[in-house]
Amino acid sequence: MLDSIFDDVKRMNKRQFMYQVLSFGMIVSSALMIWKGLMVVTGSESPIVVVLSGSMEPAFHRGDLLFLTNYPEEPVRVGEIVVFKVEGRDIPIVHRVLKLHEKNNGTVKFLTKGDNNSVDDRGLYAQGQLWLTKKDVVGRARGFLPYVGMVTIYMNEYPKFKFAVLACLAIYVLVHRE
Amino acid sequence: MYSVLTRGNAILTYTLSVLACLTFLCFLSTLTVDYRTAAQMNTVKVVVKNVPDYGASRERNDLGFLTFDLKTDLSHLFNWNVKQLFLYLTAEYITPNNELNQVVLWDKIILRGENALLDFKNMNTKYYFWDDGNGLKAHNNVTLTLSWNIIPNAGLLPNIQAIGQHSFKFPTDYTQTRV
Repeated sequence: MLDSIFDDVKRMNKRQFMYQVLSFGMIVSSALMIWKGLMVVTGSESPIVVVLSGSMEPAFHRGDLLFLTNYPEEPVRVGEIVVFKVEGRDIPIVHRVLKLHEKNNGTVKFLTKGDNNSVDDRGLYAQGQLWLTKKDVVGRARGFLPYVGMVTIYMNEYPKFKFAVLACLAIYVLVHRE
Repeated sequence: MYSVLTRGNAILTYTLSVLACLTFLCFLSTLTVDYRTAAQMNTVKVVVKNVPDYGASRERNDLGFLTFDLKTDLSHLFNWNVKQLFLYLTAEYITPNNELNQVVLWDKIILRGENALLDFKNMNTKYYFWDDGNGLKAHNNVTLTLSWNIIPNAGLLPNIQAIGQHSFKFPTDYTQTRV
């Protein structure tokens, strides 16, 4: 099988090879365009997130996909599922708003809790932080798709698997001819 | 021409696209469903204390205690694209400090197939009713509402408020008794 692949490559001339490289570039750049485009449309710095922990079970399991929006004019309300970042933690957290206080000047502070946790999130926040504010929010969960995120979890847990998949895709795109 | 790889590839691609298509149709089929319904709620015992909030600022804040009745039938909200309902009972009120306060007092997860005919009498709240300051004593308009967040198999995650709410007052004095 490998021989036939190399035969394919050998039989290509320069123009054909360039064409394959260009189409490979097209795939990479259109993926990037879709991601950046979604960022503009949803207003969120990370419009799609993968659930990484079981703290929202049984609603969300590890590997489920969430679609986020983060429109500044839409107020945060109790019961919504927010994705937020905490200083000193790289991974954003997906939890539900439990308490909320909004001042006359529009500043909001709120407290979150995971459905599957028995206590609120004050223990997860940064040292001395009692409340979240709007600037901590990455987005609010609007759409849900199960299981799809397992692929990225596997890729992050087994880097070898990630490189193997990427290499296979690259070879396929570069060598495959219509 | 027809190696194991190409056949496997074709089967995988076809399976995935059929699955994606069915999931999308499942999402479309429940897009326009109206998930509102009525709920009756009532407060039984309402008292307020003024104690230090050691979980947060350590200042003395108003802490409300209440027990409530709740009656609603949510069985008909479940369809093939509702995996779970997340019910929550919210107290909403205005204080001089804040133009909006929302505190979740109680919540419940109902999975599909579980009993969704609820009739609670004199239930205790699940979470503490801490105010952000001292705004609960003699407050004469706190509104209780029931809402649910619908968790689908695949699709949108709407938050729906029940039809019907209940307003209540807090006593004009702090209680000295243990609650």
